[in-house]
Amino acid sequence: MAKQMPKTPLLDQLETGPWPSFVTGLKRLAKSDKGYADMMKDLLGQLEHSYETRKGYWKGGTVGVFGYGAGVIPRFSEVADKYPESKEFHTIRIMPPAGMHYTTDLLRKLCDIWERHGSGLIAFHGQSGDIMFQGSTTDNIQPAFDELNELGFDLGGAGAGVRTSVSCVGAARCEQSCYDEAKAMRMSLNAMVDDIHRPSLPYKFKMKFAGCANDCANAIHRADMAIIGTWKDDMQVDQKAFQQIVKERGRKEIIDQVIRMCPTEALSLNDDDTLEVDNKSCVRCMHCLNVCTKALKPGKERGAAILVGGKRTLKIGDQMGTVVVPFMKLENDEDYEGLVELARNMLDFFAENALEHERTGEMIERIGLSNFLEGVGLELDLNMIAAPRSNSYVRMDGWDEEVKKWNARSKSAAE
Amino acid sequence: MAEPRRPTESGVPDPMPFMHPVMRKNYGHWAWHDRPRPGVLHHVAESGDEIWTVKAGTQRQMDVFTVRTLCDIADKYAEGHVRFTVRSNIEFMVSKKDMVDPLIKALNDDGFPVGGTGNSVSMISHTQGWLHCDIPGTDASGVVKSLMDELYEEFINERMPNRVKITTSCCQINCGGQGDIAINIQHTKPPKINHELVSLQCERPAVVARCPVAAIRPAMVNGKPTLEVDEKKCVCCGACFPPCPPMQINDPEHSKLAIWVGGKHSSTRSRPTFHKLVAAGIPNNAPRWPEAAEIVKNILRAYQKDARAWERMGEWIDRVGWPRFFELTGLPFTKYHLETWRGGRASLNASAHLHF
Repeated sequence: MAKQMPKTPLLDQLETGPWPSFVTGLKRLAKSDKGYADMMKDLLGQLEHSYETRKGYWKGGTVGVFGYGAGVIPRFSEVADKYPESKEFHTIRIMPPAGMHYTTDLLRKLCDIWERHGSGLIAFHGQSGDIMFQGSTTDNIQPAFDELNELGFDLGGAGAGVRTSVSCVGAARCEQSCYDEAKAMRMSLNAMVDDIHRPSLPYKFKMKFAGCANDCANAIHRADMAIIGTWKDDMQVDQKAFQQIVKERGRKEIIDQVIRMCPTEALSLNDDDTLEVDNKSCVRCMHCLNVCTKALKPGKERGAAILVGGKRTLKIGDQMGTVVVPFMKLENDEDYEGLVELARNMLDFFAENALEHERTGEMIERIGLSNFLEGVGLELDLNMIAAPRSNSYVRMDGWDEEVKKWNARSKSAAE
Repeated sequence: MAEPRRPTESGVPDPMPFMHPVMRKNYGHWAWHDRPRPGVLHHVAESGDEIWTVKAGTQRQMDVFTVRTLCDIADKYAEGHVRFTVRSNIEFMVSKKDMVDPLIKALNDDGFPVGGTGNSVSMISHTQGWLHCDIPGTDASGVVKSLMDELYEEFINERMPNRVKITTSCCQINCGGQGDIAINIQHTKPPKINHELVSLQCERPAVVARCPVAAIRPAMVNGKPTLEVDEKKCVCCGACFPPCPPMQINDPEHSKLAIWVGGKHSSTRSRPTFHKLVAAGIPNNAPRWPEAAEIVKNILRAYQKDARAWERMGEWIDRVGWPRFFELTGLPFTKYHLETWRGGRASLNASAHLHF
C-alpha cells in the first residue's frame, strides 16, 4: 500500500498568501508517482515535527564522491525511526555557470537528473552560490554526481577549503561593469580546484567578484578576497544627456538627490545644467552614476580594487574587507593572470600562516597588515587606510629606512 | 568491483553557451539602462541592441515541477534563457519590448510575483533552517515565506527611499549576511551538555579553542572525559555546537529572534556598514512568526515615511540619529543595545552632538 501523506497542520499554514510556497512544492514531490515520493512524505513529516518542537533533526557525517574530499553535505536524520524514508537526505553542491545563466534545456536536464537520483528538490542558489541538489541517499550520490559531471558540472566547495564563488551579472548586461567578472572568477577558481575539492586549509577561503562599488556580489563583507571593479581616470559624462535629465527631473531634484548626496562633495551643477566633476575628490562610489544612468559612466581606464579579510562574527567579531590593492588593471590576459597569481599567493600565505579555524581577516588582525603585505608581496599604499595611527605607543627605530623606501618608490613611480 | 568513474574536475562552467544571445553579443559593451516599470529592467547596448529583463520572485527551495513551469514560461515567452540573482530571484530576458507584458502575465498567472527591482524590498536572502541544516535554531524558508507574504506589495512596487535588503539566519553564524534588516536567531541560554556523548563525538581541544570568550574547559563527569561551560562567561553564541553536537544550544523557548538594521555591502555614498541590534527577545513562533513580521513592517514604515530619496536604512539613521529611530519605531532601548565586544567603546557618542 502506498505511504500516506503525513498530517502537516503547521506547514499547511505556509500554503496561503501570495508568495510562492515551498511547502506546496514539497507536497507536489510527495504526492507524485516518482521514486522519491515516499522520501518526501517523510521529509515533510520530519519538517512538521521541527515546526512542532522548534528544533532541527539533521546531523552530519561522511559521504562523498570518488576523488573528492568535499562538496557533498551529508545529512542523516536523528528521528529516522519515525521518518525512515528520509533517513538520508544529503545535498550535492554544484557550481553554476558564472553569472548564473541557464538555458531552459539545461535546467530541464538538471531536473531530470535530480528526479532519477534525488528528491526533486533543488535550491537556486545557496548563500555561497552553489546549486544545491537537496535530498539523496548515500547510494545515489555517486550516480547523481556522475551524470552532473558528464553534463559539464563540477562539485562546489565545503569545509576548510576554497569555496564556490559568485560574480555579479556584470559585463553580460551592465554598463557599470569595470572588468570581465565572469572571466576573473572562472580563471581564479579554476586555478584552485584542488583546494576546492580536497580542503586542507586552516579554514574556508571565499572569493567574490563585483563589477563596481555597488557590490551586487556582496563581496566586501562576505569574501576573504573581494574583487571590486573601479576606474582610475575621470568618470565619463555625457553633458547633453545630463542636461536632458536636469530638464526632465528639475534642478531641485538633481541638487537634492545627486549633487548633495555625493559623499566627497565632488559634484557641482553649472548654470547651464551641465555637471562639473572634481575627479580628484571622487571616490568612485557609484551614487551619481546609479541615479543618472544615461549620462554618467565609469571612466575608460577600468580594473578592480582588491579587498581582503571580510567575514561574519565567528570568532573575533565582524570584519569588512580592507583594501590591499587599490587598482589592478584588468584588460588583457596577462592582467587576469596577474590576478590569479595574487589570489594564489594570498591562498598560500593563508594556508601557511593562519591558525586552525582562523579566517584571513582574523589572521591579518593578529599579525598586522604590514606583515601580510610583505608575505604576499604587495606594497604599502595610502588607499589602504581610513586614517594613520592615532596611538603613539609604537616602536619606530626603522623610520629612516622606511622613509627611504617610500621615497625610492615615489621616485620610480614618477619616472 | 568495477573501476569507479574518474571525474572531470572542470571547475566553474563557462556561462557563454547558456547566456541570452543579445547579452553574449554585447558582452562588455552596454551603454545605459532604465527601469520602465517595477520588476522590469531595460538595457541598451553600444550597438543599439536592447534587452528587457523581467525579474520574478521564487521560493528558492524549488521542486522540479516549479522549475519546469518556469522553463515552460521561458520557452513560450522569453526565448529560452534565464538567470538567477544572488537573492534567488529569477530573471527572464527578452529582445523585444512587446514580449514584456505577456511574460509578466504568464508569470503572475502561475503565481510568481514580478518585482524586486530598484527601490523595492527584494527577496529575503535566506539559509537552510530546519529543512536541511544540522545546527538551525529556526526555519529559514518558513520565515521568508511568511515575511514575503506580508511584504508582497513592497516587492512588486518601488516605493521605498532606496533598495531594502532583508536577510534571515537560523543561527548566530549568520549565513544570511548583512542586511538593511536582518532577522537572526539569538540564543539566550548556555548549551545543554550531554556528558555521555562529548568524548565520543567531539574533538575536545578544538571545541575549547572555538569558544570566543574562553568559557569552555575540559572536565570529568561520571568518570568520563567531557567539557563544561562557565555559564557566567558564556555569551550563548552557539559556536561550540557545530563541532560538538552534544552541546545543544537550540532551545524551543530560549532560542529567540533578534532584529538588526543598517547593514550595507555597497560602497555607494557611505562606506559599507554592519547591521546593528534594535530588537531582541522575539519568540521563534513558527509557522508564521507574526511578532517578528510586525517589527519588520514597523521599521519599514518608519523608514519609508522619514528617509530621504536614496538613503539606505543605515544612512537614514545616521542622519536622523538613533534617538529618532527608536522614537519613530517605538522600540525599547536597553542596556543590551550597548556594544560590549572588543573595541565597543567606539560605538559610544564621544561628542557633544545630541538629539532632542
